[in-house]
Amino acid sequence: MRITQGAFSFLPDLTDAQIRDQVEYSLRNDWAVGVEYTDDPHPRNTYWNMWGNPMFDLKDAKGVMMEVEECRKANPDSYIRLNAFDSTRGWETVRLSFIVNRPKVEPRLEMTRTDIRGRSQLYSWAARR
Amino acid sequence: MTEEARGTAPVPEKVDLAADFRESGVAEVLAELDRELIGLAPVKQRIRETAALLLVERARRKLGLAHETPTLHMSFTGNPGVGKTTVALKMAGLLHRLGYVRKGHLVSVTRDDLVGQYIGHTAPKTKEVLKKAMGGVLFIDEAYYLYRPDNERDYGQEAIEILLQVMENNRDDLVVILAGYADRMDRFFSSNPGFRSRIAHHIEFPDYTDDELFRIAENMLSGQHYTLTPEATAALHEYIALRRQQPHFANARSIRNALDRARLRQANRLFESAQGPLDAAQLSTIDAADLRASRVFAGGLDHERSGASQ
Repeated sequence: MRITQGAFSFLPDLTDAQIRDQVEYSLRNDWAVGVEYTDDPHPRNTYWNMWGNPMFDLKDAKGVMMEVEECRKANPDSYIRLNAFDSTRGWETVRLSFIVNRPKVEPRLEMTRTDIRGRSQLYSWAARR
Repeated sequence: MTEEARGTAPVPEKVDLAADFRESGVAEVLAELDRELIGLAPVKQRIRETAALLLVERARRKLGLAHETPTLHMSFTGNPGVGKTTVALKMAGLLHRLGYVRKGHLVSVTRDDLVGQYIGHTAPKTKEVLKKAMGGVLFIDEAYYLYRPDNERDYGQEAIEILLQVMENNRDDLVVILAGYADRMDRFFSSNPGFRSRIAHHIEFPDYTDDELFRIAENMLSGQHYTLTPEATAALHEYIALRRQQPHFANARSIRNALDRARLRQANRLFESAQGPLDAAQLSTIDAADLRASRVFAGGLDHERSGASQ
């Protein structure tokens, strides 16, 4: 099942040239770009593994693309995303986040329904491969 | 048919190099170089040649002729204070206008920024610097410190290997400029043949003549709105000739320091001797006494003088 998280996730996968343009846009706005990866795309899994530190003071997208390349080489069958962090006072948050790599076979999210007291029900999801 | 024609950009039959030259804004950088940098004739000549090469290369690409991205890594050798960093900064601007580097910023580093302190620290540190320099110019000052032949476990070697790899594989993404004193750079290159072959342009910076140094001093002073009295002009001429013979002479940098100290003495003189309100001319005039008080006229620093007599 195709996981839809972050920007552009309903579009076809971005090509490297498109990723580079998005990174250029982020750098133009003085956002620091960080690379993160995970094998668990569950929506509640907000903290992905960091691939190195977020890259401050970059001028050109090539630096980010090199890191993405290396992360792909080390984790070919993982989700990899780029986070662009805005450090401006008042924002101090991620302004753009999008997936740049997906595993060949994506896990599906399976729902479990649990009956509890009365006729209430609880729903929970888990990623299954 | 028409769609095919639209798909590929039309190849022009002729290229006007002069127009290219005007449009690229290279002329301004070269004129700025002539205006702001005094002397350095061989350096300016090399920069002009490089600009010509890049323009022709660009024209060839437009005409669809075979072209190979030229290697533009450089080494600047010369004594301290001859303007290596200043020229590197101009070089970054020039390469940017010629479309050779995408961003045209200069990242200036020394050994400390590249080499780590423990195992596994060097590679990330060097890569960090390289990432910042992507799309611009990486200027490595006193590059020979990277290689320490006396210590075979020195981490400098690791930094050199990463640098060489990036210089080879990312020629489109950044230009590396190594700088340092001529003799030590020669030794550095002879012990790292990989570097020598990857650097196409070895540019030597000559020392300034006394006259050039005086013009540099004049430029610095007029930039700060100071003027010299005729006696002070004579004193400065003498100062330059004397300073050159003393140890630790650093060309333009020595002159800048001398002028800074003269301003200090001038301020002090004004404080002690001023009787009433001062006008702008008095505040910006440097007198012979401000320069003559320098220890250079007494034969250098005390400990160096006593060292020479021993």
